[in-house]
Amino acid sequence: MSEDKDKAPVLEMRGISKTFPGVRALNEVSLTLYPGEVHALMGENGAGKSTLMKILSGAYTADAGGEIRIGGLPVTIAGPQSAREQGVAVIYQELALCPSLSVAENIYLGRELRHGLRVARREMETACTGILERLGAGFRADTVVDTLSIAERQLVEIARALEAKARILVMDEPTTPLSSRETDRLFALIRQLRADGMAIVYVSHRMAEIYELSDRVSVLRDGTYVGTLERAELSADRLVQMMVGRDISGFYKKEHAPYDPGHVVLAVRDMRDRHEGGRVKGCGFDLHAGEVLGIAGLVGAGRTELARLIFGADERASGEVSIEGVPVGIRTPLDAIKAGMAYLTEDRKGRGLFLDMSVGDNINTCACSTDARSFGVLDLVRGRTRAVDAIRELAIKVPSPKVNVGALSGGNQQKVLLSRLLEIHPKVLILDEPTRGVDIGAKSEIYRIINALARRGVGVIVISSELPEVVGTADRVLVMREGEIVGELGGHSGRSITQESIIELATGAGSGTAEPLRAAA
Amino acid sequence: MTSTTLGATAANPREQFQSLMRAVGMLPVLILLMIGFGLIAESFFTVQNFSIIAQQASINIVLAAGMTFVILTGGIDLSVGSILAAAAVVALIVSGIPDIGMLGIAAALLTGLIFGLINGGLIAFLKLPPFIVTLGALTAVRGVARLLGDDKTVFNPELPFAFIGNDSILGVPWLVVIAAAVIIASWFILRRTVLGLHIYSVGSNPEAARLSGIKVWKVLLTVYAISGLLAGLGAVMTSSRLMAANGLQLGQSYELDAIAAVILGGTSFVGGVGTIVGTLIGALIIAVLTNGLVLVGVSDIWQYIIKGLVIIGAVALDRYRQSGART
Repeated sequence: MSEDKDKAPVLEMRGISKTFPGVRALNEVSLTLYPGEVHALMGENGAGKSTLMKILSGAYTADAGGEIRIGGLPVTIAGPQSAREQGVAVIYQELALCPSLSVAENIYLGRELRHGLRVARREMETACTGILERLGAGFRADTVVDTLSIAERQLVEIARALEAKARILVMDEPTTPLSSRETDRLFALIRQLRADGMAIVYVSHRMAEIYELSDRVSVLRDGTYVGTLERAELSADRLVQMMVGRDISGFYKKEHAPYDPGHVVLAVRDMRDRHEGGRVKGCGFDLHAGEVLGIAGLVGAGRTELARLIFGADERASGEVSIEGVPVGIRTPLDAIKAGMAYLTEDRKGRGLFLDMSVGDNINTCACSTDARSFGVLDLVRGRTRAVDAIRELAIKVPSPKVNVGALSGGNQQKVLLSRLLEIHPKVLILDEPTRGVDIGAKSEIYRIINALARRGVGVIVISSELPEVVGTADRVLVMREGEIVGELGGHSGRSITQESIIELATGAGSGTAEPLRAAA
Repeated sequence: MTSTTLGATAANPREQFQSLMRAVGMLPVLILLMIGFGLIAESFFTVQNFSIIAQQASINIVLAAGMTFVILTGGIDLSVGSILAAAAVVALIVSGIPDIGMLGIAAALLTGLIFGLINGGLIAFLKLPPFIVTLGALTAVRGVARLLGDDKTVFNPELPFAFIGNDSILGVPWLVVIAAAVIIASWFILRRTVLGLHIYSVGSNPEAARLSGIKVWKVLLTVYAISGLLAGLGAVMTSSRLMAANGLQLGQSYELDAIAAVILGGTSFVGGVGTIVGTLIGALIIAVLTNGLVLVGVSDIWQYIIKGLVIIGAVALDRYRQSGART
């Protein structure tokens, strides 16, 4: 919205730097924000987006020398409280709500209305009801947050921002946990807030969302400000080039050899979970050696649940698994690993890495047992060699295997986790959202690794919500909907793998219906 | 935070100092305490006094080593004091059997091991919270200790393993030798074995550990068994010194000193972070403090107050120091 340029900016950040011991996270970064605009902030992981937003929200203090103006006046943001008083509200990826309290209590958290010593619960609920209605929320102010879905919790966070009279709203990858229908609803709400004059900073990796929402896009790279594009100037090539500083055309392309699969390396039959109502309802398929099998579907279709059942991470109600024709009774992840399977979790930090342990220890988690000498004494030399080799082979950016894995960027963390799995030389590798929260450089590295593994005869399953990724990496695609495998593309199925055909199967509708599935540029 | 810049500034002297400070942990506090007491009390810096400190610290060091294993997995063992009492009573009873009195040592270790395995079993298999299980054991095992000794003090003036509590080998008291051996063995297990790596892994992220094929139940069972076994060893050390054991009084609140030593040593209460050397330093701080306050002539009441405040103050200082260095 170019007419916004005539208005006075609501926020000006100039020459903002932030130095951590050993790392210059931000170097003289500037950002200008006008009322009534959605301003996308893009950059690879580790580019400094989060750091900049944490300075704005008062979680970090910037180095001396920069300037922040809100509504034209210079301000000092000393902490989260002072940011809130200046009209800044932030909705983080990990929502900051108290699950056991009611919606109203969460909205007023830290600013409760009182009658003397007593909390004025009724008044808070009445006041919230107005805001919730304005947001079109389908729940009441006295609902306990615990019972709400992630999308509804986001609404509570937005209501909290409105109640605090926020003028600047920062949203950090808000659509990551949402289904596409919920995403549409969120976008409608964002547009409504924009029309009301809210200035919104929208942090995201997803090109499609940037196109759909943003009025302007600013790009950071390695802690420096690269530039800002107006809506009219937006193009995928240009953005990608600004983010990575190099041309990466032909990014998703893989050399598609003619489909010529090897023997069946993994056979799954009649897999069902124990969940009430069922999230996985009798799934079965074959995976061939040297094949990359994509599993696509909407969020909640049961893809992760299926993978976890196969791997023995959750209890199953029924289901058989054979590896290379031999039935294997898999009841725990250890059984699966012994049978030659490896599983890359979608939740890298929560279920994958040991964040306060070193890169070397994280790589050697599985391999150390087989390397060990008698009485379980570690073979330190071998462990270090493994770690150093993995760091070199997967191009992990880290000065030494002794660095804590928590200090690495998302892409490098993912490569560490991946190398842990590769060290057990699996016959079957299940990758669940292998490039989630990973920067573009690391993404192409991971695709290279997937292809190399398949060429070596490993059967690889790639579960992904990013359609271009599925189309670009898989030889064959299974599409899941509501816990069932509803179709197959590629391979010998006679149907080619396209984003459109996947959407059609995943939504159970003709290709004309508007249920955009995370389609990216 | 671009990791590419990590290496570039590693040579910065201030950085190096900070990482050194993180490595040495509470050592400066220990040294400052020693210098302080040395200046006030003349008799502090004597070989004899150091020997006393080391002997006083030795039992707590052994218990705190076991506690370190447990806390590294994100757990807690409140029952070590009670287990020590029960094992000591068993040791004295068995020591009274003619000719095979030395078996009292094995009996105490076995008693500790069994109680540790019960704790670990309840935590690993029934998935009960460690705090609740060991709080229950704190009370129940205390009762068992009284029951075993018929609620009386068990004496054995002819204790066959009395040398452990009273003699030295090459001038070093046996108690100190045992404590040192426990620290070295613990260090080896934690830093040089697969079990050690698995203990840190389970404490750091239990779900990731399970998905990596680590037998989480086995790790939990092992750490509580180790803690129980070391409480049994502590029982041998205490009873050999006293040549007596009282189920009611022995080992009262020993678990608190052990936990204090682990926490002073910089081990994280949520698990995954910590070192056995830190625990050793923590235990020595407590011992030096106790010894020094006595030498200076501080009353018993004030000793409690000062010890408590030093523990809180030292950990607060540590948090402050680390928050400055954290990225």
